[in-house]
Amino acid sequence: MEKYRIDKNKGLEFGIYTLGDHLPNPLTGERISAEQRLHEIIEYAKLAEQAGIDFFSVGESHQEYFATQAHAVVLSAIAQATEKIKIASSSTIISTSDPVRVYENFATLDLISKGRAEIIAGRASRIGLFDLLGYNIRDYEELFEEKFDLLRQINEQEVVNWSGEFRAPLKNARVLPRPQSGSMPIWRAVGGSPASAIKAGYAGVPMFLAHLGGPATVFKRSVDAYREAARSRGYDTDELPVATAGFFYAAETSQQALKDMYPFINEGMKKTNGQGFPKQHFAQGVDPHNIMNIGSPQEIIEKILYQHELFGHQRYIAQIDFGGMPFDKLQKNIELIGTEILPAIRKYTAKD
Amino acid sequence: MKIVGLSGSKVGSKTRTAMNYTVKALQEKYPDTEVTLIDLAEYDVQFSDGRNYMEYDGDTKYVAETIMEADAIVIGTPVFQASIPATLKNVFDLLPVNAFRDKVVSILVTAGSPKHYLMVEQQLKPILAYMKAQMVQTYVFIEEEDFYRKEIVNDDVLFRIGRLAEDTVVLTETFSQIREAKEAEYDF
Repeated sequence: MEKYRIDKNKGLEFGIYTLGDHLPNPLTGERISAEQRLHEIIEYAKLAEQAGIDFFSVGESHQEYFATQAHAVVLSAIAQATEKIKIASSSTIISTSDPVRVYENFATLDLISKGRAEIIAGRASRIGLFDLLGYNIRDYEELFEEKFDLLRQINEQEVVNWSGEFRAPLKNARVLPRPQSGSMPIWRAVGGSPASAIKAGYAGVPMFLAHLGGPATVFKRSVDAYREAARSRGYDTDELPVATAGFFYAAETSQQALKDMYPFINEGMKKTNGQGFPKQHFAQGVDPHNIMNIGSPQEIIEKILYQHELFGHQRYIAQIDFGGMPFDKLQKNIELIGTEILPAIRKYTAKD
Repeated sequence: MKIVGLSGSKVGSKTRTAMNYTVKALQEKYPDTEVTLIDLAEYDVQFSDGRNYMEYDGDTKYVAETIMEADAIVIGTPVFQASIPATLKNVFDLLPVNAFRDKVVSILVTAGSPKHYLMVEQQLKPILAYMKAQMVQTYVFIEEEDFYRKEIVNDDVLFRIGRLAEDTVVLTETFSQIREAKEAEYDF
């Protein structure tokens, strides 16, 4: 795991991610400015670092109700504002970007942050950016596979010779600057079905598994399929980290957590996906075996430990800020993570 | 309550004629409801390419969004090649898998003969069930002989349309009341 900067002895890493959504607060109907949202995201990362959280990542979505389209720029500001927290994209849509430019940006970010940057590359769940950036949605799969391969090749080789369908060939190309340690962790973002997890396994790359809700055991199938596929291609799965990422909200009681979070998820999803989150499904979110980490700090600790037992993953990444969640609620959550949840998780998952 | 009447074909006049009667029955009996008729013959709807329904443009976006905003949908369909027309299936393909969750869907069929009476049971209802619709189980099946020059001339069909309109509204009200009571119990 050293290649991916993960020290197993320290136990399960805890991270925070934001999609960079920019939605009105459904309780007040008001929306902060994009400027304020960006500054709050930077502040959020600083608070996460102060609470001892290991990782912070920012995504890109090129459509209405989002503010971090230029996520590498936002991450750069976070790099400058922090000192030890790992920073990454979640995800970089590599399909509609030039892998050379992406690598230049993130290698630079790695140097500015002194070796803290990572890339999580994904295929996009919202596809508006294909039109915006001039790509054909019919090439959805192939654009990702080709560009993701090139991105990894650039990471592994200082001099690249490459040719493909969607970009001009590279002849003895040097992509500079290089990250602090010569290369950087690059993850494949996976959502939903095991089919996508298997692709990450075949390539022998770390897997970032996003989940909305449902029984944790369903996601175990993806984790198992990923490791099985990796082993079938001769990779050592002890060296391949897995991260899971999804909704998180801690409050005094699970009922209070449901009450606090539901309107933000429901209204936010209506605006960004066109369908709300059914209350019945959300109510099941507090079940100890549900993948959503919603509840009291103690319940969340137990859930995360249960998930750790199932998945044997190296990093859990929480999404708290979706749907116009006010900043004081984020602060409160970070505080609960730092004071109650993190110490317990480390105590139970760290080796000595 | 928002009700959408969806006339599912670009061919012929029987389905549209029957839908006109249905919309009129709804409007007369339930003046408080907001009824919108979408006749696919009047719209230029593209084939589904897998994107989120909100990301289409023009007529496609209008049709998809209007259906998604409805509380109830009355689907009118002819029988084509022992099934529903491609135009109607395409509308389903434009929408998300759970598109009809918390919606009531009722059905009206027009046909040249009674040979495919079970088409709805075998072809249409499985799709609606998969998309989570609450269905009005009884549908109105109207044959060629029930029409004369774009009018329905069989009183039995008119009575059935009246009952379909009533069942659609009653079921929508009932489900929404039950759902609201259940959701209030969750207390969040």
